[in-house]
Parts: sequence; C-alpha cells; structure tokens
Amino acid sequence: MDNVIEARGLVKRFGDFTAVNGINFIVRPRECFGFLGPNGAGKTSTVKMIYCHSPVTDGSLKVLGMDVTKEARAIKRRLGVVAQEDNLDPDLTVEQNLLVFSTYFGIPKSEAGERTKELLDFFGLKEKAHTQVDKLSGGMKRRLAIARALINKPDLLILDEPTTGLDPQARHLVWQRLRKLKEQGVTLILTTHYLDEASQLCDRLVIMDRGQILEQGEPKELVARHIGKEVLELGSAVCHDLIPQLAGLTSGHQVVGEALFLYTNDGQALLRKVQELRETNRQYLRPASLEDVFLKLTGRGLHHEGENEVEHAD
Amino acid sequence: MQIKDFFRRPDISWGMFRVFARNLKVYQKTWKASIMFNFLEPLLYLSAMGFGLGAYVSDIKGLSYLNYIAPGFVASSAMWAVSYESTYGSFLRMDYQKTYQAIIATPLSIEDVVLGDMLYGAFKSVLYGSVILLVIFTLGLVASPWALLLPVVLFFSGLLFAIMGLTWSGLAKTFDHFNYYFTLLLTPMFVYSGVFYPLEGMPDFVKEIIWFTPLVHVVNLARGLVLGQVGSYLLVDLAWIIGFIIIFINLPIALIRHRLAR
Repeated sequence: MDNVIEARGLVKRFGDFTAVNGINFIVRPRECFGFLGPNGAGKTSTVKMIYCHSPVTDGSLKVLGMDVTKEARAIKRRLGVVAQEDNLDPDLTVEQNLLVFSTYFGIPKSEAGERTKELLDFFGLKEKAHTQVDKLSGGMKRRLAIARALINKPDLLILDEPTTGLDPQARHLVWQRLRKLKEQGVTLILTTHYLDEASQLCDRLVIMDRGQILEQGEPKELVARHIGKEVLELGSAVCHDLIPQLAGLTSGHQVVGEALFLYTNDGQALLRKVQELRETNRQYLRPASLEDVFLKLTGRGLHHEGENEVEHAD
Repeated sequence: MQIKDFFRRPDISWGMFRVFARNLKVYQKTWKASIMFNFLEPLLYLSAMGFGLGAYVSDIKGLSYLNYIAPGFVASSAMWAVSYESTYGSFLRMDYQKTYQAIIATPLSIEDVVLGDMLYGAFKSVLYGSVILLVIFTLGLVASPWALLLPVVLFFSGLLFAIMGLTWSGLAKTFDHFNYYFTLLLTPMFVYSGVFYPLEGMPDFVKEIIWFTPLVHVVNLARGLVLGQVGSYLLVDLAWIIGFIIIFINLPIALIRHRLAR
C-alpha cells in the first residue's frame, strides 16, 4: 500500500513568520503518527495543511496520493478531522451534530442514522443523544468531536491535541477509543505536547520545534538511542566535575537549571558510583522518557514557557 | 485580502444547500418567537406612522398615508431580517462557534459555506417580507395581484443585503463593529429610501446619491407591485439589484477565505 502522506520541503509562512520550515515526513497506512512538540512548534500549522485548511506556502504535500493544492474536496471526503478548538455545533443536539455533519459528506439518510447509532454507542454517548451540546462535559464534547470525525468512515483520522484540557480520566477514555480505532485499521495522525500521550499511542513520531523536525522514529527507539534506559537526576550542577570520573557508566548528560541529568543504561551502578564519589542533596533515578529526548535535542523542556518561546496562534 | 482573490473562480458545489439546510434546522427551533418579534416592529411603525402621522397627511399621490407607506415596510422589514442574519448570525457561526471551520474540513468549500449562508439570508428576506406582505394584505392595503411577484424581488434583495452583511462580517473584528454597519449604513437607508415619503421633494444631488444605494430600488419595486403601478421603469430597479449581486458576490467569499484559510 502507498504512503498515506508524503511531505517534501513543506513550508508554511504567515507574513514574516515561518511556522513550518521545510519539513519532510511520510505517514504509512494503519499507523499512528505523532507530532510532538511545545506550543508554537508548528504542529497545528502542519496538520492544517494536511486537512486542506491552510494553503501550503512552499514544498509538496500529498495526502492519500493526492495533491492538497489540487484535490482538496476529494481528500477531505476521506478524512476525519478533530480540530484543536471545539467546533461542535452548539445549536444542535448530540445526535443532530452527527446527522447534520453526515449531510456535508452526502451520506444517505438511512446509512447516516445507522452510523450515528453505532458511533454514539462506541463513544458512550447513547444516553446523551438528545442533549444539547453545550450541556456536555469537556470529555464528552471531545468524544463527540471524534465520533463526528468518523461519520464518513475516514481512511485517515487527524487529531489536533485531542486531550488538551481534559482531566486524567477523560483522557484515558479518549485514548482507549483511539487504540480501538487503530486496531480497526484506521490511520491516525495526532499532535500533542503530552509525551505520555505520544508514547502511549504513537507507533512513530516526529519531534518538532520552531517549525523544524528535530528527530523522528519510534518512541522507544528514540529514547534508547538518545538517552538509554534511565536518567539519574542530581540536585546540584556542582556535580559537574564528576562527569569525567563517570565515563563508561553514562551515555551523556544535560544541565537543567540547578540540576544535572545523567543518561545511563545501568542506573543502579551509576547511582552507587556517584554515592561513592560525592554526597549530593538530591538523587533521583527514573526511567528515561521522550521528554529527555526533547530536552537533549533542544536544551529546553516541552512545557517550558521561557522568553525564547515563539508566541504564535498555532 | 488580495485583489486576485476577488477574481478567483469560485469553487461551488451542491453542498451549499446542505449549509442552508443546516441553518434551517437550527431555525426550526426558534422560528415562532423570531417571526413574532420581527413582525411586531414594522407593525408598530406602520400603525404609529400610518394612523398617527396619517391623520395629518391628507394624501400622497392620491393614496392615504397608510397605503403609501405599507409596501415600503415589506422591503425594509426584509432588509432588517437578512441583515441581522448575515452579520450577527453569520459572524457568530464564523468567529465564535467555529461552525464554518468545522464545515470546511468536510468536502465543502468556503464558497459553499458562504453561499449557503447567503441563501439562508435570502430565505429570511423572503419569509419576513412575505409575513409583512400578508399583514398589509389583511389590512386591505394590497391593491394588485402583481404583489404575488414581490417574494421574488425579496429573494434578490435578500441576496444583495446578505452580500453586504457578509462583507462586513468578513471585515469585522468584534460584534461591536456591527453597530457601525447598522447605524451608518442601514438606518440612513431606511429613512432616506422613500419608505416614509416620496423622494421627489429632495434636492437633485441627494436623489442621485440615494440612487446609488440599494434599498430605494427594493422600495420602488415593492410599491409598484403592491399598488399595481407596473411599468418597464421597474426593470431598471431590478437590474440594479441583480447587477449589484453579480459584481459583488465574490467579495465576501474572498474576505472570509482570507480570514479563515490561513
């Protein structure tokens, strides 16, 4: 099967501001592909070009084998889109939201009725069918938005920050449904700035920052390649001079504010060695995560809100 | 917006009728209250002016004052109805509810969405104008069966005012900006377009300015058809309205594209 998406040298500019700066990536059938990065990284700008909302400034972008600049209608017919902002129809009930949306795809009425029942069932919204949308909780709204995006049985489902603003329980409900969809063979694209979301759901992902792709691969493989198994956090950067003596035990390090992060594949051995050498005020050994990868690649955290952060309505 | 967007070939599909149907579905929930209020206001004007002022005005061109002003209210009521819809209504869907954004992620284009809203505006023009027409008919103020053609005129005038309203919506930053639209454009048209008095008494240059505004042409057509004073000169008014539609229909589409598709 051909690639679901192929982007080459993709650029998005807003006036002088470059939101997406010449990125390349492919998305394969039946995988869950993630865009991980902080706010303003260019994730939303990228997916908006994929779902034919934003015009492409430069480069080429093929979705389902079609050029987004030429065949927007044909592409959109086969997509499901869950946008970042809530754009459910507040004038309508839960059920009407799905039924009215089905008319935009020209789905016959009887088929739309069946599909609506199935989807409300799948997303646990059956009892709410006749509730006005603005009476729903945040988690229910998000589930309804995903249900609505599936009304046309899309080949590709795009989710822009699907769980931002949801409480942990509501997030897990959304994740469960997305995993089931993946099992059913739907190709998924999601943007997120939650690394647990990325590592839980994505088969492959790209790490984006300031409009560029810094790295791409499978979440576990990225962590293993860049960091190793574990990270030892030491409370004070005064430990810096220890680094040469720890050679062989660490695969790298990073100074984060006052703290020193040591990357390792054998945390216990490293911890013992550090304790032999020096007493430090804080030692914390934990599994390595995607956040460490991001930190290593950019020198900043994912949720960092420093003055360097590019502010943009992304 | 760039000039070339204005001349871009529109990407239209039957989907615009689905957008229209969506708006109609929402309207089904509120239509009773909505019609009540929309026809109450012109009725207040009509009774106050017609009976109150009418008692002092012996006749205008051989008509009682009530007879004279009634057809104009059909035109102006239709104008107000479509104008509220294509400003506050459309802006709400576009900017706050993000309904437009959701729809253009489906196979429908921005053209489909804007034209669907325009059709809906025209529908409201026909509906609210016809309600007033029915009222003045029951009051015995309709003199000719030509009045049956008035809804057709209201459809075109509805499209025209929807284009104007949507253009303003495409430019507006907040809801407050619609106050200017109503105060600076619609209200002056309402009082200077021959609804309340014939324009013959106006200085020539004022008459010329008024000729370049739309409502006067709708009023001329409404009065001609309701009173049965029909002549080829009415075709000029109709041509004015249709010409306006053809020239400017792309403007709100281009503005709203510029606003949404970023």
